[in-house]
This record gives sequence, C-alpha cells and structure tokens, in this order.
Amino acid sequence: MNPKKLLQTFLILILSALAAPAFAQGADPKPLFNQLADANFNRAEELISQIAATGDPRVVSALEAFAEGDLYFRKSDKAVFIAKAAGSNVALTDALTGESAGDAPKAAVTKIRVNNNLRRVIRSALGGLTLLSPDRAVRLSAADAVLRSPSPENLELVEAALAKETDAEVKTRMEEARAVSLLSSDRSVEEKRAAIETIRNYGGRDAIGILRAAYGSADASLQTEIDAAVASIEGDLALWDMAQNVWYGLSLGSVLLLAAIGLAITFGVMGIINMAHGEMVMLGAYSTFVVQELIRANAPGLFDWSLAIALPVAFIVTGAVGLVLERGVIRFLYGRPLETLLATWGVSLILQQAIRSIFGPTNREVGNPSWMSGSFGLGGMTVTWNRLWIIVFSLTIFFALLVLLKRSAFGLQMRAVTQNRRMASSMGIRTPWIDAFTFALGSGIAGIAGVALSQIDNVSPNLGQSYIIDSFMVVVFGGVGNLWGTLVGAMSLGILNKFLEPSVGAVLGKILVLVLIILFIQKRPRGLFALKGRAVEA
Amino acid sequence: MNFKAKLGGALLAAALSTTAFHGAFAQEDTIKIGVLHSLSGTMAISETTLKDAMLMLVEEQNKKGGVLGKKLEAVVVDPASDWPLFAEKARQLISQDKVAAVFGCWTSSSRKSVLPVFEELNSILFYPVQYEGEESSRNIFYTGAAPNQQAIPAVDYLAETEGVERWVLAGTDYVYPQTTNKILKAYLMSKGVAEEDIMINYTPFGHSDWQTIVTDIKNFGSAGKKTAVVSTINGDANVPFYKELANQGVKAEDIPVVAFSVGEEELAGLDTAPLVGHLAAWNYFQSVESEANAQFIEQWHAFTKNDKRVTNDPMEAAYIGFNAWVKAVEAAGTTDTDAVLDSIIGVSVPNLSGGTSTVMPNHHITKPVLIGEIQADGQFEVVQETPPVVGDEWSDYLPDSKDLIADWRKPMECGNFNVATGKCGGKGS
Repeated sequence: MNPKKLLQTFLILILSALAAPAFAQGADPKPLFNQLADANFNRAEELISQIAATGDPRVVSALEAFAEGDLYFRKSDKAVFIAKAAGSNVALTDALTGESAGDAPKAAVTKIRVNNNLRRVIRSALGGLTLLSPDRAVRLSAADAVLRSPSPENLELVEAALAKETDAEVKTRMEEARAVSLLSSDRSVEEKRAAIETIRNYGGRDAIGILRAAYGSADASLQTEIDAAVASIEGDLALWDMAQNVWYGLSLGSVLLLAAIGLAITFGVMGIINMAHGEMVMLGAYSTFVVQELIRANAPGLFDWSLAIALPVAFIVTGAVGLVLERGVIRFLYGRPLETLLATWGVSLILQQAIRSIFGPTNREVGNPSWMSGSFGLGGMTVTWNRLWIIVFSLTIFFALLVLLKRSAFGLQMRAVTQNRRMASSMGIRTPWIDAFTFALGSGIAGIAGVALSQIDNVSPNLGQSYIIDSFMVVVFGGVGNLWGTLVGAMSLGILNKFLEPSVGAVLGKILVLVLIILFIQKRPRGLFALKGRAVEA
Repeated sequence: MNFKAKLGGALLAAALSTTAFHGAFAQEDTIKIGVLHSLSGTMAISETTLKDAMLMLVEEQNKKGGVLGKKLEAVVVDPASDWPLFAEKARQLISQDKVAAVFGCWTSSSRKSVLPVFEELNSILFYPVQYEGEESSRNIFYTGAAPNQQAIPAVDYLAETEGVERWVLAGTDYVYPQTTNKILKAYLMSKGVAEEDIMINYTPFGHSDWQTIVTDIKNFGSAGKKTAVVSTINGDANVPFYKELANQGVKAEDIPVVAFSVGEEELAGLDTAPLVGHLAAWNYFQSVESEANAQFIEQWHAFTKNDKRVTNDPMEAAYIGFNAWVKAVEAAGTTDTDAVLDSIIGVSVPNLSGGTSTVMPNHHITKPVLIGEIQADGQFEVVQETPPVVGDEWSDYLPDSKDLIADWRKPMECGNFNVATGKCGGKGS
C-alpha cells in the first residue's frame, strides 16, 4: 500500500467517525422502519414523521419506495425491505442501505399497505428532507411538495434552505412555500401579511385554495386582506377562464372535425348516407390497438412511435374495408338513399359484432405515448398535451385533404365525377373506380381519425356509435359538399357547446345545441356554406 | 346515438330470437335455469362476462352432481341491450323453456322491464348488480349492493380517513346515479355538510369530453377545504373521465375520486399508473385474499382459458345468488317457486371475501363493504373492510321511503310495509 492510499484510508476513517455522531442526533431509522411491519395506518403516520425527524438522508429512497407501494416485510422475521418483482420471486434490497438481500418467493413477503393519506404525509416529509439536495430539479420538486402540503414543521427547513439557495426559480418557489407554511404557523401578523402578498403574486387556483384554507384561523385584520387577495386573483383568472373555454371549444371542435372529415367526403362529396362511418373510426382505433400490442410484444423501444406507425396501417385497413364495401354493396344502391341507409346500417352492425367476436366486448387499452401525456400551464390555463396534438393533427389532415382535392389529378377527377358524372365519363374518366377510391379515401380518413380518438376515448366495439350523430350534425350544419363548411361547423359547434356547458350543464347543453341546429337548418337548409351553381340542382 | 342503438338492437334481436342457443344438450332429467344477459348492443361490454360466469357456475355444480340428483342446464338468451326485449325474453324463458329460476339483468331499466313478468308468471329472478334501492319484489332477489352497502360506507370512509368536507357528486344522467345522489345528499346534509359544499353534476351516457367538468371540479376544490368526487359515472364514460383527470394532473392525494361503477373490468381499458390512490367501493375485489376467492379465480381462468381475465363484484353477487338458490332448492326438495321462496330466506352461503352472506327477509343479502384504492397493475388494494351489512331496500335518508320496510316472510309478505301507519302499501305498490 502506498502512502497516498494510506492517507486516503485514514481520512475516510476519520470522516466516518465524525459523521457517525451526526446520525446519532436523531434516532436510528432502522428500527422505526421495521415497526412499519405491523402498524395500522394511524401508527404508520406517526412512524413516518419520526423517521423524517431522524434527518438521516438514507431514508429518502426508502420513503419514496413506501409511497410507491414497493415496501414489503418478510413474514419470518418482520424485517422491512424494498421489493421488486423478479420473475416468480421478488428481489429484496435493504430499505436503508440499498444493499441486495437476495430473492424471496412472493408468498414469503407481505406488502406494507399505503393509502392516500400516508402518501400525502410522505410527500410532505420528503419535501422537507430534500430541500437541501444538490440536484436543482429535486430541490424544485421539494419546494413544490412543501407548497402543496403546508405544515408549520416545514417552515424552519424551508427558511434554512432559502438562506442557501442561489437559483432564482427555486428561490421564488421556496419563498412561496415559506409563505404557505408561515400562514399555518403561529408567526406574527406582519409576517403573515407579507406571506399573503407573496401568495397573491403566486396566483392561480392553488393560491385561492391556500388563502381560503387559512381564512378560518386567521386574525380578523388579515381576513380582509385575504378577501382582497382572493378577489384580485379571481379578477386575473376571469380572462383566463374565458381563454380556457375557447381552448376547450377548439379542442372539442377538433374532435368533431376528426370524426366528421371522412364523412364530409363519403356523405358530403359523394352523397352516400353512410351509417357505417362510425365503424370505420372504430376500425382505425382497433388498428392502433393491434399495432401497439405488436410493438409491446416485439419492440417496446418503439412505443413512442406507435401512433405514427398506426396511421398508415389504419388508413390502409379502413380504406380497404371501404373499397370492399363500395364495390360489394353501395355501388348497386346509388340514387336510392333509403336503401343505402339501411344497408350501411346493417354493415355497421355486422362490423361491430365482428369486432366484438374477435376482440371481446370489453374495452381495450391503447396507451398514450409519453409525448401525449400530461399537461403544461399557459398563464392561468392548463393545456393538456393530448388535446393540443389532436388539434394539430386534425388541422393537418384537413389541409392535406384540401390540397389533395384541389391540387391533384385524383382530386380533379373526383370533383369532375361528382359535379357531372356523364360528362366526366365522356372525357374518359373511369367513374366507377373514381367512386370506389373516393369512398375508400373517406373511409381511410375516418380510420386515421380513429387513431387519434383512441387516445381520448374508449376502444370498444361501441366507439363508432357515439360519433355517428355528431359527424352528420357537423357535415349538415357546415354545408354538404364543402370542406371549409365542415371545419367552421365543427369549430363553432365545439365552442358553442363549451360555452353552454358551464352554465346549463352537459346534458342540457347538448340538447340546446341540437335545438339550435334544427332551427338553423330551417332557416338555411343547405348549411353554413351552401354550394351554389348547377351541380346543386343535378 | 340512442335511436341507432335501439333500432340496431331491434334488428339484431330479430336475427337472434330464432337462434337463441341452448347451453347444454337437452336431457330428460335436467333442471333448466335461465341466463338473461345482453350479448350484443351497448351493455354487452358488461353483461357478457356475467353470462360466462353463470355458465361456469352451472358447470361446476354439475361436476358436484347437480341439484336434487339432476343435472342443471343453462338456457342462454340475448335481450340485446333492449329493455322491452328483456321482458319478452323473460316470458319466453319462463313459459316456453320452463326454467326454474332466472339469473340476469344489469341496468335498472331492464330489471323494471322484467319485474311484472316475474310477478305475473310467478318465477324467480336473481339480480346481481349494485342498484339504487327503493324496490322490493316477492319474485326478485337483489344480490348486488343497495346504497347502504356501497355508497354510504364509502362516503364515511372519505370523511373519516381523508377528512373530506366538500363533495362533488358526479354521475351519468339516469335513475341509478340520480337516486343514489339524492340519498347521498340527504345523508351528507344530515351529517352537517352545508349545501354549498355539495356540487351535483350530471352528464349524458357515453360522455367523452370531460375537460370542462374536470376544470370545474378543480375550481370547486380550491375553496380551502378537502374535496372529493363521488362518481356514479356509468360504463364507457369512465375511461375518458379518468384519462382527463390524469392528464390535468388531478392526483388522488389532492382530490380523490371514489367510484361505484368502476371495477376491474372497466380498468382493463386504462393505464392505471396515474390513477393510483383513486378509490372504489364494492363488496368484492379480485385482490381479496381468501381461499374461496383463490379457487374461484382459478376456476374462472380455467373456464375462460385465459389467465388474464379479471373477476369483479357482480360476478361475486351472481356466485352468491346461484349458491343460495341451490341451497334453497336442496332444502325445499323441489324447484317449485313458492317452496323455494319460503326456504331461501335465512339461507347462508360463503361469499368470496372470506365470510358468509345470508338472504334476508327483504330479499337483499348481507355482505361486507370493501373500500379499495386503484393500484398500478389495474387491481384494487383494500384499505377498509366493514363487518357484514344488511342491504336496505328502502333508504332511511329519503323522506318518502324512511318509514317503509320489506318482509316477505309469512304472515307479513309485504314489499313496502309502512311502519308509521302499520299498513302494507304506499310507495312502490
């Protein structure tokens, strides 16, 4: 051993000797953890605060595991471990040191139960413990945790952390957390007044909740300040609530647009009353499910790409079904709307029952890729990622379809056939095939709408039924045969719905929208954007 | 969508009525029982499972030698989620197929549709789903939970353990949520909850855009008091509701949601990781640790040849109802309706949560109430279990039913006896 190493070892020895008494200030958390084995929920709550009070940094990961439900005790000796499933066994690691303690059969360990209340207590305790973490992100989430579960015990910890904090954002959050904890403590009125000001600047719904919670126990002079602060936050939020409502309306509108856009082609352009349209959407959703199952089984790494892969698959599957449907059934029924309605209806029932027989009647789980989960705050608004992407997606499809119809040869032929079939035929266009491919295109688009809708709705055989009425409503309201009408119709119905909902409720709101549409159709039978010219009369 | 479902149901029904299939080979010496669950239409999602469970129970009973020395034969019909068709199919089962008893129905509408048929033709129905109460029939046994066996203990748990003071009662707009919420509101107000601390919200069937409502719930929850949501949202609408909750970041630690219609089956279509801690109240969870349950799950997996199939509360209710009927028939020595109605009262059979359930004179049963929290694997973990509770058909918290009781034993034999006036009759007669 060289002298350098000797020195190192020596230093480590001294350091550990110095460190040991530091841990001894609080009790050793190990026996406290082992007591969790036969504690009920109330006892566990006491134990958690005692464990947190030891201040031992090693308890952080153990408490995190407890909140996750990964803490188990061994039946033979009631020793507490963190357990992870490893095949038919569980792999045990020591709760405090993280050292492996070998495997054990599942039957030999029992899970230590945790409920919402305990999770809350653990979150608050962890917040206090990790305020001094060297990792900026951990400190930020610790401050958040303290902010969300105010307790006077955390006040001194926050103040200590605040004194050392250098990062501006974390510092602001800690000041807010300090203000929240201070309100529930027994500090002076002046300090509390300053705290109210800080929370008022923090703003948002959470701030209102925090202030109202403090209202009851507050000094009379503070109560008026709290009232003023709440009123001022509510004033700020009023405009944001309006924006939020418009956003929800656009989001609902984009879902309506997605559901209706395929129908805008099969019904709007071709004039087929296609009751099986909803089932095309459903088939698209099931295609997504199958694609995701294959990816889960064979290439889990690609999961975030599953929707991108599902799009062409859904388009081809539903497009093919649409093609077969047109060639097999609908082409014999052109010009006979009632028969078309009944036949496509029958087809929709057959498709539903077929899916029910193949995949079973229960819902299937279609996962959200990570980029479609969660939300972010935008001022006083909450924007969820899945809704944002669905709006982007529906508009993309809409404009792609517009370009296809207006700028491609296929689109030109399609328009020619729908406007004047005989003349188009004389010009050498094979009208039957144009019909078939137009119908396939409409069905394929319904299929890719299904991919998007699988992210927000059930994937069950009944999926299509819930969209068919809405789709017809949008196409008729917007004006048959006009894609722009479908866009404007969907968005205005969405926004109308969302402005009615808060005041009259969802049930009455839906009824009112239907009544308004009926009245509107009385006045303008051809919808918002009526087609003009000879084609209409034909 | 409703008219389509109806017409669709009617079309399918027409197609299927001629092909109603029979469960086993017709034998001379068999006792027939009817299975009346929708296998197509909107309710197939829930009811198909119960049909399978009944077939499994019949198969198991036949392995044990059947009933009264005869084999059981299940007659399965499909009422296609169409309420009037339920009555027709029930009539067919009783009059043509001569079944000894019928196990079936899911929605209250379907039960109300068949009730007069069972009373007129004097047969027996076992109804295995939680319901709103306010009913008692001589010919129906309610083995699912009444409101006091599900809703009230759940609210008590939230108030006591989580300290909830503000309540959102959210439901689908039909009879079960409306009645349950009426009872819950009366109960909460009797416990001193102020009217402005209760928000009631109804949504249409299959509602899929929950953005506004989840925001409303968040706003309602920012009044500085602990808030919880009591959900009677039905069936398909739950998946988008929970997805929206997860996406908007409503955590169970902040605003817990306790549901009465969400079980293992409904969670099968969801990623439950963001939902850990939200609650459900039932009388049975698949995760319950008992010998009877372990055996039941094993039989179910073997019967369905799929070890991923989950079990749920209505299956347990069907299990209890079926076994109680078997025991009553053996005691009576006949399948005759009147004799069985007499002998079944007081019959005790094991339930799946490790205890026994007894059929009470009001045609409801005793069972414990379990409160469970959703886990990341789609199962529930029991956080509270009550002692067995007797199902209360007429709620004590509604002014026009608090004086009513049901007792089908002789000599009273009354489903709506008014203890205040001492007369049989009144509401529900």
